[in-house]
Amino acid sequence: MSFLTSSTIEKSYDVIVVGSGAAGGQTAYTLTMEGATVLMLEAGRKYVPELETPMFQTPDQAPLRGGDTPDKRFGFYDATVDGGWQVPGEPYVLTTEDPAGRFDWWRSRMLGGRTNHWGRISLRNGPYDFKPHSRDGLGFDWPISHEDIAPYYDKVEMLIGVYGSSEGLENTPDSPPGCLLPPPPPLLSERLIQQRARRIGVPIIPAHRAVLTEKLDFKRSPALLHPGNLKAQKIIAADMQRRAACFWATPCGRGCAIRANYQSTTVHLPPALATGKLHILTDAMVREVKLDKNGLAQGVVFIDKTAGTSHSVAARVVVLAASACETVRILLNSKSAQFPQGLANSSGKVGRYLMDTVGSSLSGQIPLLESLPPMNEDGASGDAVYAPWWLYKEQQAGKMEFARGYHIELGGGKQMPGVGTMRGAEWLTGGSYGKKFKEDARRYYGSFVGFAGRGEMIPNENSYCEIDSSVKDKWGIPVLRFHWQWSQHETRQAAHMQKTFAGIIDAMGGRLKDGPITDGSKAISPGGFIIHEVGGAIMGANQASSVTNQWCQTWDVKNLFLTDGAVFASNADKNPTLTIMALAWRSADRILDLMRRKEL
Amino acid sequence: MDRRSTLKWILTASAAMPLLVRRALSEGAAAAQKTAQPPHGYGTDPDLIKIYHPGDVWPLTLTAQQRRTAAALCDVIIPADSVSPSASSVGVVDFLDEWVSAPYPRQQEDRPLILEGLRWTDAEAGRRFSKDFADLGESQQHAICDDICSEKAAAAQFAQAAKFFARYRDLTAGGFYTSPVGRKDLGYIGNVPLAKFDGPPADLLRKLGLI
Repeated sequence: MSFLTSSTIEKSYDVIVVGSGAAGGQTAYTLTMEGATVLMLEAGRKYVPELETPMFQTPDQAPLRGGDTPDKRFGFYDATVDGGWQVPGEPYVLTTEDPAGRFDWWRSRMLGGRTNHWGRISLRNGPYDFKPHSRDGLGFDWPISHEDIAPYYDKVEMLIGVYGSSEGLENTPDSPPGCLLPPPPPLLSERLIQQRARRIGVPIIPAHRAVLTEKLDFKRSPALLHPGNLKAQKIIAADMQRRAACFWATPCGRGCAIRANYQSTTVHLPPALATGKLHILTDAMVREVKLDKNGLAQGVVFIDKTAGTSHSVAARVVVLAASACETVRILLNSKSAQFPQGLANSSGKVGRYLMDTVGSSLSGQIPLLESLPPMNEDGASGDAVYAPWWLYKEQQAGKMEFARGYHIELGGGKQMPGVGTMRGAEWLTGGSYGKKFKEDARRYYGSFVGFAGRGEMIPNENSYCEIDSSVKDKWGIPVLRFHWQWSQHETRQAAHMQKTFAGIIDAMGGRLKDGPITDGSKAISPGGFIIHEVGGAIMGANQASSVTNQWCQTWDVKNLFLTDGAVFASNADKNPTLTIMALAWRSADRILDLMRRKEL
Repeated sequence: MDRRSTLKWILTASAAMPLLVRRALSEGAAAAQKTAQPPHGYGTDPDLIKIYHPGDVWPLTLTAQQRRTAAALCDVIIPADSVSPSASSVGVVDFLDEWVSAPYPRQQEDRPLILEGLRWTDAEAGRRFSKDFADLGESQQHAICDDICSEKAAAAQFAQAAKFFARYRDLTAGGFYTSPVGRKDLGYIGNVPLAKFDGPPADLLRKLGLI
């Protein structure tokens, strides 16, 4: 029995891992597969995708036809439990209601966290992305290079299963043979986008998503993932065989009962539990990290949410992997004589340089895609293709009004009709009703395409979080207060996205209901809306200007590691999850190494 | 906003919800605006496997007369044709009732618009033809709907009714096209497991000049 209660956990473990998402899952996986004992603490409830995923449920089987509500922001069937930008009983504080200065914080209180519902887009950061300051003088360089992390990208791709291709494009890394699964065939709309976007110079290549287009290579990969560790190889080989390949149906955002995409609960935790080394305690809300008299982390204090009681547990090493902002919150709430400003905060940088992704979207209607015959376009439930950033040379030559790039996520096709089908269609139908309306619906269904830009935000001094001096959550734990500001690098980038999307739609012979938005400050999504928040405890080359070293190990407390997005020193346009996992694996390897050498 | 793959905005023609109207459409709307206050929604951790029906989570609130008008109006918007049956025959009135009875802000904003719109529709039918809307002949129903079916083209005195009609058509379509017959009408043939996904057929790729 590896799911325990606050009264049945051991007194001490090798490692406590706080959080069970991409970071916590990867950290616990690596540590337990290599022999360490781990207690994982998750603030949300236990969640069992095999039993709880609404795989084939249709909107008519849900309240309000499955549409979104304040209880379920991404729709009824979204794999989010007790989550969203607002969580009952767990407030945060904004300093302004102005959309330009607000940051909204998405959380998910369930085992596996946000990995249960994420978009599965899994892009590697490129060489420029680790040395942005060296390239254009803005932001910060990471203390590692692409070469340092590339072997971990290889491992994560082999472990979780990522489809994609290697195209040899600038700052868009290739994967070595054997890492990626074949990309799925693009939908008709994606093929059309590909053809027309290329005409205006936007490259469209296979996307990378953590979906099994084929079964994993259980014969070859285990030895590469765990060299010399036969037990681990055997466990992961067996688990890989139990994961089914995608059957080309049901949205990934609901999670996947057949384990055909990556979520921590279906990929990281089952093999980690099979080692017998992992204990999991859910409904355990960590309040703070406690130090011993030598200034080392001795363990954590958590609230058992089922009983409302406070408990302590000890370990040789404490890993915070609670998500960037939650990790920052725990650090800032862990005050002591040695760290009156919060744990591991001798630099004063904890909470600083919070980043999200620049987001802007536009959709269009494409006459060429009207009235097409029925075809199954469920596909892999997400982009088969995307556009990586393509204007590096122009930026380098100083020809652009913003410093960093964005990639384009896109889609279209005959997706399952939702409650918004034909909503606001008067601009197309002229206000038809009756039999004409039904004919119009058949004509226009599946003829829309959408584009979403995902761009790099440069860290700035005005985007940060701190502990609010008065507000506490329902457990009595002080909450975060957010400050946010975009720079012109971001707003101009958002305007450029709009212009690009309108250009592609135009090249497709399409039409726009609204837009493009030319004012970047109106085109950009509010902070936190893309849910790629990273930073807050950045890694760096020295103790004065950063919170951790290159191993995600805090400078101030050597047995305290932060393996989530908090350590990101920049937030490349590439979606952060794959990099979080690669960094977590690398950090866990370091922890193991230091423990073996008795340095921890 | 949602990076999460499904990109629901692709499915809709509109970028945003229409601006919702809090103001009454005409005098005497106070009664219609009385909002139900159901105890709660489905919460942040509902059972996702269970199959729900309108009325399961919060009570339905439309009166028999309101439902009668609602059915007639949604069948003017989506009548039976050679491909599929009418909206009311596949449960769209129950869905509309569920919608306007729901405790969430968006639905609570829609409620007065919809209830007052239904009241206006009957009043207008009475004014023009001395009958309830549901009892009118098709051409009489169309005579009213033609005046309000386009927000852009509606005369000034019908502007508010046109806003109601636009929202009502959106909801009727949302209810109908999420039903099994609505999905079939549109030619949606997914949501079935496949051993292999081949992508678009070659003849279509040729037709669009993609191969």
